[in-house]
Amino acid sequence: MISALWVMVGISLLLGAVLGYSAIKFKVEGNPLVEKIDAVLPQTQCGQCGFPGCKPYAEAIAKGEADINKCPPGGEEGIHKLAELLGVEFKPFGEGAGPRAKAVAFIDEQTCIGCTLCLQACPVDAIAGAAKQMHTIIASECTGCELCLAPCPVDCISMQPIEENIGNWKWQYPAIPIVQVNPR
Amino acid sequence: MTEYLLILVSTVLVNNIVMVKILGLCPFMGVSKKLEAAVGMGAATTFVLTLGSGASYLIQHYLLGPDLAYLTTLSFIVVIAGIVQFTEMAIKKTSPELYQILGIYLPLITTNCAVLGIPLLNVQAKHDFVQSLLFGFGGAVGFTLVMILFAGMRERMEGADVPGIFKGSAIAMVTAGLMSLSFMGFSGLVK
Repeated sequence: MISALWVMVGISLLLGAVLGYSAIKFKVEGNPLVEKIDAVLPQTQCGQCGFPGCKPYAEAIAKGEADINKCPPGGEEGIHKLAELLGVEFKPFGEGAGPRAKAVAFIDEQTCIGCTLCLQACPVDAIAGAAKQMHTIIASECTGCELCLAPCPVDCISMQPIEENIGNWKWQYPAIPIVQVNPR
Repeated sequence: MTEYLLILVSTVLVNNIVMVKILGLCPFMGVSKKLEAAVGMGAATTFVLTLGSGASYLIQHYLLGPDLAYLTTLSFIVVIAGIVQFTEMAIKKTSPELYQILGIYLPLITTNCAVLGIPLLNVQAKHDFVQSLLFGFGGAVGFTLVMILFAGMRERMEGADVPGIFKGSAIAMVTAGLMSLSFMGFSGLVK
């Protein structure tokens, strides 16, 4: 009985040691650039860039398949960071791709039927509620990605612009448009 | 030498692990829809099965012996799971392309009953080390052969005009049965 235990413990320990060692020895570094780009992205996983999440977008940027100006939640600030990281020119948001005025979602609690569809859509878990209970938005968590608007069957979610105050005011980059001077 | 050749022929054709021993049916039915996937699964299984039957022979012979024979199945499962994990890590490091091709099939090998069955059959038949290795390798080659043949048939069957109720898995099962029957034709080739 004891020897059986020893044998099994021995085999398990040996295999564990081999696997642990090979996990270190055969460690595969992911593309470090992808990790860095992914760290800059806001991690809302909102999909507004046209990719299924922040990591795929980061991979596409690293491969050069996507532009850096596709991320509305990151704002202009995000593009600046990406441009700095990749050593490329700053690119403003394309037509209709830019962030709208900063806003958070707001649920009209009179109309809400408690269907939980918006809960499932929210990428940052900023909606509190349960089935057949009224839902509400945790405004400080909401990133304004607007993903909850579409699934709502009674259209009770609207975007409310946030007033600028001392708490959320951000320094605007002095964006100086680049113009060609004196083409020779 | 002849004896080794006989083991190979016997495991690949006469006692084919899938068609005659009816082991490893889940990957046989599950991964045979596409030819490339079948080839990848076969290759990965061949590697793991050969290594696994060697390692399990060593364990059975030097560690367990007749006293602890009741631990055979348990220790084989542990060892095979370990080898599969190790193989996955090693392939990921050394050849990312192969890793991409094999994909999900690598970890799936752990649950392939042929991979456990062959070491157990080795113990039953009292094979020595080289015989065990050959038995494992032959069994895996037989598995790969059947996978490729069956995947080829299924790909052709996609275009065939099969009656509605037989479509999909049903006709695949019927085909597998017919294939198993035809493999019985090899019986008696090697004793």
